[in-house]
Amino acid sequence: MAEEIAAPRQILPPPAERYTWLGWIQKNLFSTWYNSLLTFITLGLAYALLKPFLTWLLEQANWEVVEVNFRLLMVGQYPPDEIWRIWLLLYLLAAVVGLSWGVWVRGRLALALGLLLAPLLLALLPIATPSARLNLVAMDLVAVAASRLGRLGGPSLRRFAAWSWVIYLVLVILVVRGFALTPEVMPRVPTNLWGGLLLTCLLTVVGIVFSFPLGILLALGRRSSLPAIRAVSVVYIEVIRGVPLVTILFMAAVMVPFFLPSGITIDRVLRAMVGITLFSAAYLAENVRGGLQAVPHGQFEAASALGLSGFKTMTRIILPQALRIVIPVLMGQFIALFKDTTLVVTIGLLELLGIARAVLAQPQYVSYQREVYLFVAAIFWVISYLMSYISQRLESVLGVGER
Amino acid sequence: MEETLEPNNLTPQSSSRDDQPIIVCRDVHKWYGNFQALQGVSMEVNKGEVIVIFGPSGSGKSTFIRTLNRLEEHQRGQIIVDGIELTHDVRNIEQVRMETGMVFQQFNLFPHLTVLQNITLAPLHVRKWPKDKAEEVATQLLVRVGIPEQADKYPGQLSGGQQQRVAIARALAMQPKIMLFDEPTSALDPEMIKEVLDVMIELAHTGMTMLVVTHEMGFARGVANRMFFFDQGQIVESGTPQQIFSNPQEDRTRLFLSQILTH
Repeated sequence: MAEEIAAPRQILPPPAERYTWLGWIQKNLFSTWYNSLLTFITLGLAYALLKPFLTWLLEQANWEVVEVNFRLLMVGQYPPDEIWRIWLLLYLLAAVVGLSWGVWVRGRLALALGLLLAPLLLALLPIATPSARLNLVAMDLVAVAASRLGRLGGPSLRRFAAWSWVIYLVLVILVVRGFALTPEVMPRVPTNLWGGLLLTCLLTVVGIVFSFPLGILLALGRRSSLPAIRAVSVVYIEVIRGVPLVTILFMAAVMVPFFLPSGITIDRVLRAMVGITLFSAAYLAENVRGGLQAVPHGQFEAASALGLSGFKTMTRIILPQALRIVIPVLMGQFIALFKDTTLVVTIGLLELLGIARAVLAQPQYVSYQREVYLFVAAIFWVISYLMSYISQRLESVLGVGER
Repeated sequence: MEETLEPNNLTPQSSSRDDQPIIVCRDVHKWYGNFQALQGVSMEVNKGEVIVIFGPSGSGKSTFIRTLNRLEEHQRGQIIVDGIELTHDVRNIEQVRMETGMVFQQFNLFPHLTVLQNITLAPLHVRKWPKDKAEEVATQLLVRVGIPEQADKYPGQLSGGQQQRVAIARALAMQPKIMLFDEPTSALDPEMIKEVLDVMIELAHTGMTMLVVTHEMGFARGVANRMFFFDQGQIVESGTPQQIFSNPQEDRTRLFLSQILTH
């Protein structure tokens, strides 16, 4: 057999290319006279383009507008007395992330330190209040403690860690909204007070969590052998994909109340969430269908030949492979969904960008557009990049054993 | 060679239906659109027999073996496997699939599961065995096919021959009464064919009922009880290996054998 015949021969490593940084510069930037010329021209252009921006950033930018309106940008008009709930959710998030890290990821010390560093950096920002600093540092401690716990528990905690995410997502809605146990304890916070980054995140998370299973069902429906189910799926997908998200949001905001019996109203934020979910599900369905088609037919045959039922074949064999194939596409779509939440401004909800514009509408802040928009853009970029990074990690972790 | 035939035919394992054929096909027809892939195939297979099916490509041999566990649906005729007739009744199909293992040309292992998980999947979810029993059986099977050390690897990390042996172990884990092999060595590099054939020969010696679509004539000569030559969706000729190799009756059989044996 092949693996036994292979003789243990000395295997030479490939010749490594090692340079000092000076050597690297010479090889890549100044290898020939025209490369040197190109290098200088590029440097000159970069300087000319970046100089105005850098001088503005370092010398003229005035971040007071962000400082003053920071709470507004983060949570909108959420009552200051109830902000502790948001902190509570952040603490819980730190605990759940820490636990999951300890159970599933382990090791990867550099990455762990990077994650822990993020709250500390936030705490160092000049706009952070002393109590916020304390909270951020304490969150890190909670995360570390939770990851130790996860590590001690190991695989036995896997089920618990998975469920903790589900419970967490339910808690997010419950705690943000409040359940009015008594008028004093956890009073309801009406959704018209939700805003800023909080609303952006809620719309995104709800959109992802609900459109994902719906999209999978639609993708399976479109491939179903039952004509009725297939027709419903095709019509749904094609209709929704043919309509802009703004239209769907308008429909949800303006049209839906007409169809409801008088006296019954559906919350505005809830309607936006439903609109985003329905919209995203149609696109997700097509992406998942692409993944399903990429799974070789032999996989179905092998599963059938073993006697697996259609349901087990789908959940155990086909979907795991199909979803892994489409992770990059799905994550791309989730990032798009995250950014598309800014469109809810058209139906009067003030998410992060909406709040930013509301702030800038005040006369005293009119001249601070650059600071505010840069700040908002930075937040969008950081979260989008985080999602993209998670996607890459997922790909490599789940890609184990792929040819 | 003769001594390999005897345990199969003369000392079959105890079962009430031993005297009856375990597979009965009567006048099986199958069309793909207007193309007729099977034109009235009839065959009876006894328990413990090793059947080799061969023939030119497109002759319907793969289609035929795949109708036996309903991966392909036949449109006319009758197929009875282990006393169960294959019809549109899903329960019958599931029953037959539990009793027949299948090995494919392209292995068709599940790439996202480890070798051990590939083997234990069906016993856990179809036979509903407890996990430790399924894993114990899987480990024994991996020893039997000669790769116990690969249990925790993924299929993509194995050679073709190893993958095919895992596929055989996966099919055997359901403890089937019949094993179907659809060109099990055609996708393998020459040096790996032997390791797969060795496993199949060992399996034949244990008295397993086997239907093998293959052009490995050495295997056929060594362990087959009967051989069937397919051409254009029909059985052209059948007989013991000795009859087929030394005294084929039909011109088409003779021509085909001369083409594959002397190249």
